[in-house]
Amino acid sequence: MTEPLVRPKRKDPLKRTRLPLSPPGARSRTALGLVAAAAQGRFMLQVCRACAKTIYPPRDACPGCFAPAPAFCDVPDRGKLLAVTTIRTSTDAYYRERMPWRVGTVQMDCGPSIVAHVHGDLAEGDRVTMSLKLDRSGQAAAFALPVKETPAMADDKQLREMTCDPKFRRALVTDGRTAVGQSCAKALSEAGCTIVFVGVSDPWKPFPGEDSLRKIPNVEIVPLDLTNSESVNDLAADIGGRVDIIVNTSEHVRAGGIMARKGLVVAREEMDIRYFGLMRLAQAFGPALRFRGADGVNSATAIVNFLFVHALANWPEFGAYSATEAACLSASHSLRAELKPGGVKFINIFHGPLETDWFQELPPPKVAPAQLVKSAVDALKRGLEDVFVGDIAQDIRDRFLANPKALEREL
Amino acid sequence: MSKRQRQSYKGVVAAAPVTIPYERFSIHGAHWWIGRALRALSEQARLKPADIDGFSVSSFTVGPDTAIGLTQHFGLSPRFLDHVPLGGASGVVGLRRAARAVQAGDADMVACVAADANHVDSFRRTLSTFSRFAQDAVYPYGSGGPNASFALITRDYMTRFGATREDFGRVCVAQRDNALCFPHALMKKTLTLDEYMNARAISDPIHLFDCVMPCAGAEAFLVCTEERARDLGLPFVRILSTIERHNAFMDDPIQYRGGWVVDLDDLYGLAAVKPADVDLVQTYDDYPVISLMQIEDLGFCQKGEAAAFVRDRDLTFRGDFPHNTSGGQLSVGQAGAAGGYLGLVEAMRQLCGIAGDNQVKDANIALVSGFGMINYDRGLASAAALLARAS
Repeated sequence: MTEPLVRPKRKDPLKRTRLPLSPPGARSRTALGLVAAAAQGRFMLQVCRACAKTIYPPRDACPGCFAPAPAFCDVPDRGKLLAVTTIRTSTDAYYRERMPWRVGTVQMDCGPSIVAHVHGDLAEGDRVTMSLKLDRSGQAAAFALPVKETPAMADDKQLREMTCDPKFRRALVTDGRTAVGQSCAKALSEAGCTIVFVGVSDPWKPFPGEDSLRKIPNVEIVPLDLTNSESVNDLAADIGGRVDIIVNTSEHVRAGGIMARKGLVVAREEMDIRYFGLMRLAQAFGPALRFRGADGVNSATAIVNFLFVHALANWPEFGAYSATEAACLSASHSLRAELKPGGVKFINIFHGPLETDWFQELPPPKVAPAQLVKSAVDALKRGLEDVFVGDIAQDIRDRFLANPKALEREL
Repeated sequence: MSKRQRQSYKGVVAAAPVTIPYERFSIHGAHWWIGRALRALSEQARLKPADIDGFSVSSFTVGPDTAIGLTQHFGLSPRFLDHVPLGGASGVVGLRRAARAVQAGDADMVACVAADANHVDSFRRTLSTFSRFAQDAVYPYGSGGPNASFALITRDYMTRFGATREDFGRVCVAQRDNALCFPHALMKKTLTLDEYMNARAISDPIHLFDCVMPCAGAEAFLVCTEERARDLGLPFVRILSTIERHNAFMDDPIQYRGGWVVDLDDLYGLAAVKPADVDLVQTYDDYPVISLMQIEDLGFCQKGEAAAFVRDRDLTFRGDFPHNTSGGQLSVGQAGAAGGYLGLVEAMRQLCGIAGDNQVKDANIALVSGFGMINYDRGLASAAALLARAS
């Protein structure tokens, strides 16, 4: 039985903050194929096209028939835990301060044996669900989980190292004026955040939904305008050391292609709110997040960013907006690398048109703000990195992966 | 495909067993240890570098050099050159290749050397870059090194066959007894079963005395014709038969047997001996579970019965089943790849009657077994040799 997490005491400011370390992060290029699966919460292994053999560890040729470069495919994730050991001494600095640590050998129903991290509620002989998690070095790691949810399962010490669970963490939602922002505040509060700071620009100006936002337990409204560096820096100076999760809910959706507009006013606003807003946020809060990556059970853990899925491939009907989102996507890759030493994740939640005013003229399917937010909280709980919410986002992803040039023409 | 008959090693011998005493940590590099081993061989056989026309080396820490760089380093000009990076199987594999070279006339005098350095922190570096699968699929999982990998194998063996920690402990305690009579052993204190059982846990069920101590050191021997060995007045042993097999039973979900099983009939058949004829056994003992596995897979008892087998026998050099008579790696220390030579060199001393205080009485036939290279979840290399006293 997992010992339920106890709400951490207030931190003694005189105590040294434990610095973040990373588990061993070197991988062969072929093994990095697992990262794409882990980032999306899928369980994929190499499967040989020629002889259908499922392969692990990742190889450059099939050991059944020598066929080259077997591709990663979704495979059945069940197996049996054959043996477990509790490691009590380690040569690695990261693991050394996290001992003891359980690993085990799992015989997968799909064939191979996998040496995996083992959840505390599992015993030898148990059936397991194997998952791929992103560890603190950002690499994919096989993690054996109970088949059925167990009490306080998410509180398992090893599992929590690989997830960004909001429980007992403190979050900042950057824009409380939007439907997505308000929905986020509620969801994070319900997911166990001890404080949800909600940024509102010019808080003296009333806005729809303000009353119900203020009534959400643990919500604290803070002044924040992402287009104003001073405002972002002021807030970071005030609460930067106490924020473990940032969810960027800033929005500025405007339809139209690039030639449809005269001048750069709208484009500048888009960039200012979305792209420069993200930069301001990252510059003001990022260093503290990265520094606090191993700061106890409520360590800093993630930045969540909502992205229009046409960041991947421009949709000319929202051509300028798509370009802004592409800039944000590119920035997210830089920020991922910059946050990595702290073990802090950057989570992209890709979505198509939302059920909000600025997508009013578009036909369904559209994603409701609550659905989008549910996916974001789920991504935090599971430690995902790339999430595609709704049919349109998933369709664009699949078409993009299959043939980006064809997608360009289709759009 | 029909299997061809293995040829005998008639007329080829292994001579001049050399152990360079181990050190827990040493400031010297692998080259220094190899050099000392070569010097000891040359003194014993009165050989100049030019007389050595075959060279086989095993080392984890000799990088960036390989065998070819070492020829220039040591002034050798061999016509047979081999690098055997097979860890615990290095000794037997080095021997069998060198023996075939001598037999075929490709070399007259092969120096076989295994040596490794041990600096502070070299163990960690070796672990993290041991193999691609270790890097991709083992080391990032708690970084427990071979302790964790063998813990899983040990756990499964215990569950599968009902072996207990006491059974493993008997092997370790007997080897410590042996080591007390072996001057080069790093472990100098007695070990009781109680101390074994109460030792600190390393990676359950592996406890402190199940683990070898990484150290620096070297082991070596010569391979040449019997005639040449006699001319030089060297102590030598005959090679009755050898086997090697890698990545056997690859579909076993977890390792409970090794490649010896595949070729066992050849091993005893070519030598024309039975397990009961063997006077002493040197198993590769990086963890006691592997020694039990070898006792089974080499035909001394049925699969799964090694625990009962060791319970009923005295494994010391004085006993009815002399096993790892110098103390093995568990008590002498593991000098990297030299650990793969340790049992072979000790068996040679025993058969030559020069083992000293731990000499087995009437040692005529020895079985030496090698095992190595936890590439991912199991040891891939296995090898064995039957050796006989020169009459």
